[in-house]
Amino acid sequence: PIFALIVAVVVHLFINCLIRSPSFSVRQLIYHRADEVGFVLFGTEETDNELTNEVGGYEHVTVLRNMKVVDGDLVDGVQQLPRGTVRGDYLDAIVVGVDMLIKDYKVSFKGRKRICLITNAQCPVKDPDEGTKEDQVSMIAKQMDEKGISFETIVVRGLLSVGADKRTLEENDHLLNLFSIKASAKIVQVQNPCSLMGALRTRHISPVTIFRGELEISLKMKIKVWVYKKTAEEKFPTLKKYSDKAPPTDKFATHDVKVDYEYQSVEDPDKVVPPEQRIKGYRYGPQVVPISSAEWDAVKFKPEKGVKLLGFADASNVRRHYYVKDVNIFIAEPGDTRDTLAVSALARAMKEMNKVAIVRCVWRQGQQNVAVGVLTPNISENDNTADSFYFNTLPFIEDVREFQFPSFSNFPASWQPNDKQQEAADELVKMLDLAPSSKDDVLLPEFTPNPILERFYRFLELKSREADAAVPPLDGTLRRITEPDPELVAKNKYVLDKFRSSFEVKVNPKLKKSTQRVMEDNKAGGSDEEDGLLDAPPEALAVRSSDDTHVDEIGDSNPVQDFEAMISRRDSPDWIGKAIQKMKNKISGLLLSRPYQEINNSTALDCLEALRKGCIMEQEPKQYNDFLRECIDENKLGDHNIFSRFYRDLASKGLTLISKTEAPDSEVPEDEARRFLLKEPKEE
Amino acid sequence: MDLDPEDVFKDDEDDEDSEFFQLRDSTKEFVVYLIDASPKMFTATCPGADGENETHFHIAVTSVAQALKTHIINNTYNEVAICFFNTKEKRNSQDLSGVFVFDVAEREHLDRPTARLIKEFGCVEESFAKEIGSQYGIVSGSWENSLYNALWVAQALLRKGSTKTAEKRILLLTNEDDPFRNISGIAKADMIRTTLQRAKDAQDLGISIELLPFSRPDEEFKVSIFYADLIGLEGDDLIEYMPSAGQKLEDMKNQLRKRMFAKRIVKRIKFVITNGLSIDLHTYALIRPTAPGAITWLDSVTNRPLKAERSFICADTGALMQGPLKRYQPYKNEDVKFSEEELREIKRVSTGHLRLLGFKPLSCLKDYHNLKPSTFVFPSDKEVIGSTCAFVALHRAMIRNQRFALAFYGLSTNPRLVALVAQEEIISDGGQFEPPGMHMIFLPYSDDIRDIEQARTSQLTTKRPAHRATEDHIQKAAALMKRIYLKDFSVCQFSNPALQRHYAVLQALALDEDEMPEIHDETLPDEEGMSRPAVAKAIQEFRTSVYGEDYDEADDKPRESEASKKRKAAAECVAQEYKNYDWEELADSGKLKDLTVVELKYYLAAQKLPLAGKKEVLISRILTHLGK
Repeated sequence: PIFALIVAVVVHLFINCLIRSPSFSVRQLIYHRADEVGFVLFGTEETDNELTNEVGGYEHVTVLRNMKVVDGDLVDGVQQLPRGTVRGDYLDAIVVGVDMLIKDYKVSFKGRKRICLITNAQCPVKDPDEGTKEDQVSMIAKQMDEKGISFETIVVRGLLSVGADKRTLEENDHLLNLFSIKASAKIVQVQNPCSLMGALRTRHISPVTIFRGELEISLKMKIKVWVYKKTAEEKFPTLKKYSDKAPPTDKFATHDVKVDYEYQSVEDPDKVVPPEQRIKGYRYGPQVVPISSAEWDAVKFKPEKGVKLLGFADASNVRRHYYVKDVNIFIAEPGDTRDTLAVSALARAMKEMNKVAIVRCVWRQGQQNVAVGVLTPNISENDNTADSFYFNTLPFIEDVREFQFPSFSNFPASWQPNDKQQEAADELVKMLDLAPSSKDDVLLPEFTPNPILERFYRFLELKSREADAAVPPLDGTLRRITEPDPELVAKNKYVLDKFRSSFEVKVNPKLKKSTQRVMEDNKAGGSDEEDGLLDAPPEALAVRSSDDTHVDEIGDSNPVQDFEAMISRRDSPDWIGKAIQKMKNKISGLLLSRPYQEINNSTALDCLEALRKGCIMEQEPKQYNDFLRECIDENKLGDHNIFSRFYRDLASKGLTLISKTEAPDSEVPEDEARRFLLKEPKEE
Repeated sequence: MDLDPEDVFKDDEDDEDSEFFQLRDSTKEFVVYLIDASPKMFTATCPGADGENETHFHIAVTSVAQALKTHIINNTYNEVAICFFNTKEKRNSQDLSGVFVFDVAEREHLDRPTARLIKEFGCVEESFAKEIGSQYGIVSGSWENSLYNALWVAQALLRKGSTKTAEKRILLLTNEDDPFRNISGIAKADMIRTTLQRAKDAQDLGISIELLPFSRPDEEFKVSIFYADLIGLEGDDLIEYMPSAGQKLEDMKNQLRKRMFAKRIVKRIKFVITNGLSIDLHTYALIRPTAPGAITWLDSVTNRPLKAERSFICADTGALMQGPLKRYQPYKNEDVKFSEEELREIKRVSTGHLRLLGFKPLSCLKDYHNLKPSTFVFPSDKEVIGSTCAFVALHRAMIRNQRFALAFYGLSTNPRLVALVAQEEIISDGGQFEPPGMHMIFLPYSDDIRDIEQARTSQLTTKRPAHRATEDHIQKAAALMKRIYLKDFSVCQFSNPALQRHYAVLQALALDEDEMPEIHDETLPDEEGMSRPAVAKAIQEFRTSVYGEDYDEADDKPRESEASKKRKAAAECVAQEYKNYDWEELADSGKLKDLTVVELKYYLAAQKLPLAGKKEVLISRILTHLGK
């Protein structure tokens, strides 16, 4: 696994981004420490390479780094890439690179050899001394092919090539494409620095098959295939735990942390059970049934390894959102051309007829489940690459939840966009375009790096230099992934403004304050309490306020009505207690939330009045009396003026204690109740 | 929740995933099965599954038993009560005659079903005559009304909990369409009135009453005589009631074991369309792979639950570590340390909103742009008024222009680019087949995509154009496709055989059933269909076209791969080495510890035991295996 990077130094802007983003070299260092990497620059003022010394020519090509095992210099090397000044010839640079790889590694060398060329391909190639440019390319490509060197070109286009000579660009594209016909070569075009980072894949996971065997069309016909993973999420690296307990003087400290498990009885935490003595229990109703692994193994579902065709279905019957996992790729077994032909024939027929194949897969012997999935054709555009299938897993009945949602046509008129609004939306969808042409697909997954990983590796490099460094903010290049492109926004300012002004969007003023705050913080998702509120579909919410029997909360808009509805609910005796408690909370909240302002004042008094009435009706005088005393006690401590106003208001509304005459259960005689509010308690 | 060490070792990233896959049980359902036990239920019969006549009572009891078995897996928190009426004996909290609440120990009358309940209810018929007895509860001359009593008992059982959190149902199984046929005059009118009033009272309390009637072959159950009023049927519903009731009973017996989930919002997210315009969306998990139930570790001696205690120990000093630990990454010959807070900060690249970046044609969304199940989004006007209107407009525009929206979803732990694909509502057979809204598809980054095609091509020794099918090949393949055509294929038409097997085995073990149930694997190909002459011919023609006439089956033997050759050689080598030691002797003399780990593994490999673990573990495994 070795690899020569050839960089055209004229691509300043992009090189700058490489310099700022050491994540490429950092990952090389972490994951491919055995790799050997060299750097060749072209377009430099100076010339420094062996071929010049040996045979002459090859000017303006500088070997920045000879082939050697990756090390810290690699990171520094990239950061010191000079600015090019002259036009460089990429063919010269490639020849220098090939020469390095051939000289340093004998034929017997087993590793993979790669050359990666990064260029804007704007400078013309010199005419060769003999033959045509095409002949020259063919010769180099043949040489690469013979020596087992794979070749990758990243052509940097986009805004940079605006002023470039169109004929030169076309010629260079043609020449570079020639490589992919003659050699194992790949050419990609990127439009911006972000895509360059994505295209410059550094972590090379050598492909491993997950299945080698037969695709059974029927018992009579089988096609030999190999299956690989096409996508697999690259997770954030698992970092080891660090212990700082060892004294700093201990030079041999490992700083490792051991994780220890102890199995304790739930009832008696002092009783520890050794791991072998555990047995797996499975829930069956409220019970847990112990089942040993041996017992399970005897009866488990054990399908035979194999991939079987179930049939062909219309592509439209398999919607995109049913794909549930990462993706595999089916390739005909290398070697037998007939298998390749069979896969090719099926793939092309599927493409033509708009069909897909449904297959049942058991990848390994001993696997305890099956996967049902869909094969879709992957028709190759490159002549050297065979046709293949993509495989996506589909869900089983048990995996699909049939929730019902209201039809858009049943929405009230105020939720339906009018013609003007629809026009604004149509324009937005058409104009805010990320893929104006097939070559110009911005943020194509293939070329979009994971911003989190990028950030981590950059920070790792930074921290290795400065241990106390803070996490730097996301730079502009990575923000192209997380935020809209300012250029695109500026270009479509009119469309965006029109859309914004067409739709009136505002935070629901009736919403409880706590909920609003959640919205502002956007701590989405949440506690169980919220879920209860949110669970109701929109149409249910519309009717809820008018349906008294089901009120279970005291809201902000009509607390008195809510309380009355709740306390008169008869589907459970608990409602009376709940209603009283909730009303008390509401009143306390109103009294405490702001210092006794006019608005809350009258609401609070109304609520108190309703509570009093309810407590008399339901024979719960003590609940009210205790609460009133509490209220007064608590408010005494506040501002005296405000408090006495509250006191007078209570008196004027007659909201005194509930007396024995009003409710027989009360312990308060009538005269005491009457006196209660007459005498204002003194400030203490 | 018990900690499973395997789970704990998982990477931090998985925590977010587990949240993503989080499952929650649906809101509860309280069901009272009211089974008519009148003599008529025992005399009337209808043909059963195996052709023999079965009594209505038998059918009622087996259906309920089957329903319980499904309940316990699908909605484990549902509560049920079983109640017979028209019985000799009585057992109910109100002490009403003619009503018998069936129950087992360790259970309230209305409670979650237990294995014991299912088991004992399964044999209720044997002891029924002796212990419960059948007797008409509505006879002329008496003022007793067993139907009235039964409804009252059921209502009392359902007093528990509120209708807000639980759906309450009474399922009435009977073959008597005219329960008051023996009564006449004012008494009859009075009984009908009070019974209907009782039913209405229950319904007013939010209890729904469903009727599962049985008809005799010669005499159809007439809902209109009495029950139409009781359950509130009118007009067309009345006409369609009987056929649908039969179906209901079938459904009750044959329901698939499938855990049910209540419609629940996973997250509330803010969708930023442009600066100054954000709408509110709710996300729902419509498709999530169902895993067999969670494991609880038990002590195998006492069968009591265990909990795992995890502790971190410093390898250098043996000290117990507390609090969030620092992490490190080896890099350039040193350990670069990170605090938890720093790692969180690295992952925080956006504010948690869903941010619109732009739109692309649907053709840009490739089949391999997928990593995990999609999430459904639906607008809500509850928090932000106007959300729905803007969403509907975008939805329509995206469908018209065949485009999807590309957005950045800034989840705090695993932010991703997502494709929002608009889905139009699809109604079929009167049901909603696809709800209207958008599906959020999680896109891979370049780090997640592998260029297998290129890697494969570059491994070939010499470059030559890959083989392409000719027009003839393609035509033969197309002909084959027409033959093996799954018309009306629907994505989720298969049940998961592994999961169904799991449930069936669990049930058999929990109920001590003797036989292990066989589960039909629906995912196997239709071999019969494939061997039909027309299909076989199409396959034959395609095969000949691609592989040629002389394609020999014998030639088709799977060639041994390099890897498997190596594996076999290694196994042989181990077997040889294994013979060089006297394991019994080594074990007895305690000399196993003098062997190297490699040597110890000869034994383990030869005996097909696990090879993992430290030396002490390996030795103890060998000793255990030797029975020492």
